[in-house]
Amino acid sequence: MIMKKLLLLMTFILFISFSKSDFISSTEDNSDQVQKTERTSFAVKGNCKMCKKRIEKAALSLKGVKMATWDIPSNMIDIIYDDKKLELKEIHNKIASVGHDTDKAKASEDVYDELPMCCQYRTGSIH
Amino acid sequence: MKKFILIIFILSVSFVHAQETLSGTILYKLNEDDYPLEGASIYWLNTNKGTITNFSGDFIIEKTDESDLLVISYIGFLSDTLKVKSSPIIHFLKSDENNSLDEIIVQKKRKTIQKSYLTAQNIMKVSSEELLKAACCNLSESFETNPTIDVNFSDALTGTKQIKMLGLESPYMMISEENIPMIRGASQAYGLTFIPGTWIESIQITKGAGSIVNGFESISGQINTELKKPFSDLPLFINLFGSQMGRLEANTHINKKVFDRISMGVYMHVNSNNERMDQNQDSFLDSPLSNQINVMNRWQYTNPEIGLVSFFTWRYMQDQKQMGTLDFDPLKHRGSNTFWGSEIKTNRLDLSFKAGYVFPDLPYQSFGFQTAFSTHDQDSYYGLRIYDIYHESIYNNLLFNSIIGNTMNKFKVGVNFSYDRYVEKVDNINYNRIDKSIGTFFEYTYNNNSDISFSGGLRFDKHNQMGSFITPRIHFRYNPLENFVLRISSGSGRKIANIFAENQRMFGTNRIINLLQNGSGVYGLDPELAWNYGLSILRSFRFLGGDFELVADYYITNFKNQILIDWEESNKISFYNLEGKSSSKSLQLGLDFSYREFLTLSAAYKNYIIKSNYNSGYLSKPLQPRNIIFFNTGLESTMNNGSQWKWDLTINFIGDQRLVKTIRDPENLSSPKYNLLNSQITRVFSSKFEIYLGGENIGNYKQLNPIISSENPFSPNFDSSQIYAPIFGRMIYTGLRLKL
Repeated sequence: MIMKKLLLLMTFILFISFSKSDFISSTEDNSDQVQKTERTSFAVKGNCKMCKKRIEKAALSLKGVKMATWDIPSNMIDIIYDDKKLELKEIHNKIASVGHDTDKAKASEDVYDELPMCCQYRTGSIH
Repeated sequence: MKKFILIIFILSVSFVHAQETLSGTILYKLNEDDYPLEGASIYWLNTNKGTITNFSGDFIIEKTDESDLLVISYIGFLSDTLKVKSSPIIHFLKSDENNSLDEIIVQKKRKTIQKSYLTAQNIMKVSSEELLKAACCNLSESFETNPTIDVNFSDALTGTKQIKMLGLESPYMMISEENIPMIRGASQAYGLTFIPGTWIESIQITKGAGSIVNGFESISGQINTELKKPFSDLPLFINLFGSQMGRLEANTHINKKVFDRISMGVYMHVNSNNERMDQNQDSFLDSPLSNQINVMNRWQYTNPEIGLVSFFTWRYMQDQKQMGTLDFDPLKHRGSNTFWGSEIKTNRLDLSFKAGYVFPDLPYQSFGFQTAFSTHDQDSYYGLRIYDIYHESIYNNLLFNSIIGNTMNKFKVGVNFSYDRYVEKVDNINYNRIDKSIGTFFEYTYNNNSDISFSGGLRFDKHNQMGSFITPRIHFRYNPLENFVLRISSGSGRKIANIFAENQRMFGTNRIINLLQNGSGVYGLDPELAWNYGLSILRSFRFLGGDFELVADYYITNFKNQILIDWEESNKISFYNLEGKSSSKSLQLGLDFSYREFLTLSAAYKNYIIKSNYNSGYLSKPLQPRNIIFFNTGLESTMNNGSQWKWDLTINFIGDQRLVKTIRDPENLSSPKYNLLNSQITRVFSSKFEIYLGGENIGNYKQLNPIISSENPFSPNFDSSQIYAPIFGRMIYTGLRLKL
């Protein structure tokens, strides 16, 4: 009956979502290190909420980056990624490619100049 | 590290390149030495013009016309907002006492009602500060300063307030406490008065379909209250309240850290009213004689290292009300027809346990588990009528949150189980039943962190009375601009109508209960089923130095089946399944304005068209105003050595309401339009002590003859349920709050 099929469908969705999540895959690995994911943080230059969106979007656009949270006051980005799918350097490069300097990659002048006024972090704090 | 940190500002205005700029230095104090603060964010409030300080704490920022409030924030420090005057040179030098800073520091405050710009659902968060605007007293009165929810009296006897969202009464909402469904079944009529206002930390109101995570019962919206938490609440809080009508209330909270990671809180509430008042001289008490004792004990375990938070809560409540004629003495007159009187006695016990586990290395992944048990035992009589209900309830919910790929794709999945046993006695008829349901749900949320988010949920439930069914809910949000949000939502909800528990005001009448059993489920009626569709837009902008927020929303609720409550025939109340159409259409237009930190204004226009196919025709819902205009304003003086004045005013203009035909009201009569005015003034002496004085219904508008046939309460025409306005007039109250 329809209801039975739907129940099966729901169970299937449940199963898929569990297997897609880190929870199941990590228990499958059975390794002593619970996660195959890496967590790291590094400095990314920027100023405002618009920068935050751009930086996080750039990092998350890479396959294997699970979480990217950039904090405006400290200019630090908190990253969780799958080190089998990509290397950390790729994340630095990707962020630099949208105009934000990291401690390992520098944005090109061309891209930087395209940033809106409030994101022009290189000229922001001189005295 | 013992440290006392202060941010010091040295500001000066200089003119460089014709463009006005402002420069300064941010320093902090650590053990009497000053250090520059590198990397602090400096930006103009509500703009995206900002900069950060360099290694010596210096910054330079362009001035802007959009704002003169400069926000300084740095992780680990409280953010500060400075009002920068445009005079040539300002040089604030830090002295040891921070008094020179007092006049320029404006605390950056959160709005007391926050509308969400980023979630797919139309959620509004009401903080405890907003709740203070109506000093009294329990959850049912907490919505009086909020236009989303309408508050009105349910009957002329109990003084109970009834809430409506989209023009639909509380049974059509899901009202939960910390995500455990709470006001349902037996507690539907009076349950809101069993949650003391001071226990509430915040309220989240979702308009429209809402999330499927907590069940299938919500139709018009969801209200979730978060209670105070022992870990973060004040060690000692005392609140006393008294009104000129004889209502007295006391609240005490005590919170203590018991062990390293365990905190415990004891929350006590008592209220009583022993004054016999009869202002309208109909020989009936205007408000009941009442007593309530309510005790809650919470234990909280928090271990951030392993990501575990857990709560165990128990609470016990005993409530008694006596209504009816002034001369009624329960011991002498109960069961006789000399004097009409009524008593409601309720005992309620709640136990709940919940645990949340966040994977320490994966902050986006978590488990949640909740289990709750409650018993609700109400014995009541109204004149010669009897209504007793016992409701036992068990609720379990297991929830898993995680992501698919990355944090732009989140999901929730889980199962819940609920069990409800009802034992009812209605006059001389007994109704017993058990409801059991098990359900599984999946909710997916996509958020691209800028202009689009989407959330779709589906649940499948198997219910012993309603069978197996699917409940879908969809929400979509689009922000074409940062300050413009468009939302669309749709979803279904269903429930069993607890016709007696939800409509207890019928017992305060001598109407004959006419149960047309034209269905096949509980009480011979089918479950109620409705679809809700909503559209809302939100636009914020700055104009004349103030912040404006424009809201417009339109919601339609279409009932596939509804249990109609038909008051149309005098001396009768009928319940039957809908045959034909029933829908509720609600429009809300609102404008909020705030100027700096001291003035807020909020105005809303609401229009409701609620029509159903009753047996006597396609009629609009009785006692429902078609138009309501809401207005609220608040003023706050600047904080001076911790002391402050706060003032608040709410006016509701209530449009006419259709009245059913009774011996009091001839056919096709509508109630007069009227307005209600509430106001309150608070004097804050320090962060520890404040007093308040307020008035409800200051315009003293009263309904004449609220009780039909009050002179002859044992006649078939007696009816206390046809109420369109307050029964008692102006009510002045005062109280104090002590926080230690």
